[in-house]
Amino acid sequence: MSWIALKMLTGDRAKFFGIVLGLTFASMLITQQGSIFCGLMRRTSGQIFDITGADLWVMDPNVRYVDDVKPMIETSLYRTRGVDGVLWAVPLYKGIGRVKLTVLEEKPVDASQPKGPKRTQRAPVIEQVILLGLDDASLVGAPPPERMLAGRLVDLRRPDAVLMDFTRLPKLFPNEDWKSLPKPPAASKWLGDLIGRKLGTVHGPTPEETYRAALRQFYTRFLNRELEMNDHRAVVVGVCEATRTFQSNAVVYTTYTRAKRFVPQERKPLTYVLAKAEPGLSPSIVAERIAAQTGLKARTSEEFIWDTIWYFMKYTGIPVNFGITTVLGFLVGTAIAGQTFYNFTLENLKQFGALKAMGTGNLRIVGMILLQAAVTGLLGYGLGVGLATWFGVSSSGGELAFYTPWQLLPITGIAVVVICLLASVLCVRRVVVLEPAIVFRG
Amino acid sequence: MSVMEKRWPAPAIESEADSAAIAVRLRHVTKTFGSGDQKVVAISEVDWDVLNGQMTLLIGPSGCGKTTLLSVIAGILDADRGSGVTVFNQNVGAMSGGRKTRFRRDNIGFVFQQYNLLPALTAAENVAVPLIVMGWKREKAVARAAEVLGQLGMTPKVNKLPTQLSGGQQQRVAIARALVHEPRLIVCDEPTAALDHETGHQVMMLFRTVAVRPDRAVLIVTHDNRVFHFGDRIARMDDGRIVEVSRQEATTDEPVGAYH
Repeated sequence: MSWIALKMLTGDRAKFFGIVLGLTFASMLITQQGSIFCGLMRRTSGQIFDITGADLWVMDPNVRYVDDVKPMIETSLYRTRGVDGVLWAVPLYKGIGRVKLTVLEEKPVDASQPKGPKRTQRAPVIEQVILLGLDDASLVGAPPPERMLAGRLVDLRRPDAVLMDFTRLPKLFPNEDWKSLPKPPAASKWLGDLIGRKLGTVHGPTPEETYRAALRQFYTRFLNRELEMNDHRAVVVGVCEATRTFQSNAVVYTTYTRAKRFVPQERKPLTYVLAKAEPGLSPSIVAERIAAQTGLKARTSEEFIWDTIWYFMKYTGIPVNFGITTVLGFLVGTAIAGQTFYNFTLENLKQFGALKAMGTGNLRIVGMILLQAAVTGLLGYGLGVGLATWFGVSSSGGELAFYTPWQLLPITGIAVVVICLLASVLCVRRVVVLEPAIVFRG
Repeated sequence: MSVMEKRWPAPAIESEADSAAIAVRLRHVTKTFGSGDQKVVAISEVDWDVLNGQMTLLIGPSGCGKTTLLSVIAGILDADRGSGVTVFNQNVGAMSGGRKTRFRRDNIGFVFQQYNLLPALTAAENVAVPLIVMGWKREKAVARAAEVLGQLGMTPKVNKLPTQLSGGQQQRVAIARALVHEPRLIVCDEPTAALDHETGHQVMMLFRTVAVRPDRAVLIVTHDNRVFHFGDRIARMDDGRIVEVSRQEATTDEPVGAYH
């Protein structure tokens, strides 16, 4: 009977596509909005993600999230190092710095005639940046080599050296030729390359590798450019990829000692202590020991990420806003898919009646309806998630916060199952109570 | 007293017939719809026997209860309590839902006025449905269906969809579907109502030549007087009762001037 159910389902293509479209829409909206929500939340704790190598973040007990900077006295570092189970501990400065640089601008000689002759003049650019000061010796917390787009990490040890985050360079260097910035490969190109490689017809560098090579070449132009921070000279020795932050400020990496020079003097410069638990010891146990012995707050990286995410969820209203969109997607999807599927069953009621008259039991009919719902659900889910992924891939590298954790896929799947079940339950009820005598009515 | 509530004598019991020859035995069969002021007696105290090896026509004006009686006989509508509906010596009224469904599957073939073919299935696949319901494998069922369609002269159309067939061809497919699983009782509701005279005649010819067999009863509800001569027996219903049963020598020739 399964093939009869499937033929009934696909026989009327317009209705079949209508049902699949409804489910696709719901599934896409849930995945896409969910991914944007997760992307935004990930950005809130982007700097925790970016600091690799350390297991533990030690901080003032009043710190609630990563941007809630509450400086500590520098002896906190040594007290942390003294805790049993701490393999190493290094300082991390995190604060807001101010970058000043001059750019060349073309301005009209006569301000009353904007289209008249122009002259080149120097113009100041002042931007706030997130300044990260890494341990001078180990550079723990620096971007890994694969995230360096230009320059070398070791150059951070050169005098006045800073690493710039590529995402906000346009704000600092507005007159640069940003139109020549390489564009990420289109999703179709990426997919074509993937299929070509599977078939063995495509060789050589991937579109992603080609894009990154072009990016490296582009960003090389920023090396050795000079900036001014707190009346101190700073030299760009590298451009790196940093996770976009919730604020729109650029991230500037330098050493801990130099960071203290790049900001106005503070009595307590230490923001965080990054620590590593000894092998074989659970970071959370070591965190408890640090908290107990020093009176400081110690969180594992994962705990700190969640602290930050929960803070933003509680105080920004983002989950409510995205939740509404996602629920709307679910409701609209349910309405479209449910209504179309229900109408589809109603229109086929006489056919189901004929099948019942010919001796098909209710269980089999219910099985047919559930199979139809499952097939449309599976197609809608696949297409919806596929479209959302396509959307995410197409917009990667841009400002859109898009991150799809694996947990989102089963959540979308469950939502689609619920939609299909709701639609099926209504249909099943109609068919089960259907009198086969309906077939004798003209 | 309304017309529906009048009592009529029960004239249609085949007292002389061998019980093995009786396919359907109805005793005091009543079916009412609704209750209280809304109560409608569709069939009332019907006593009637339908015999094997014959084509029986159930005729009567619209709304007299023909289709309701057919539905009760076919086991797709339950008669009121106290009614005796026996088909092939089995008390259909006393069967559970599941058993009745299986009974229908194994013993009854249906032909509907509106054909009720599944539009997404080809002619052969439509004919194969009763076999599929009985548990046949798809390929085997479709092959058998194509054979039956061939016997009805439909070989060139086996892979056509219902929408690609004329009304007469669709009714042939419906007849093939009713015959394919060799049922012992075939019930047809107005099989010629949607067909023109010529096609209706062909369809009834088909019934006469293919469906009627000594071990099978064919019961056709119709109010199309152009096909009355095909029946071995004609039972006339009025106001929910069988008011007359007549026997005749069935013929496939059209009586001159009978229908025009």
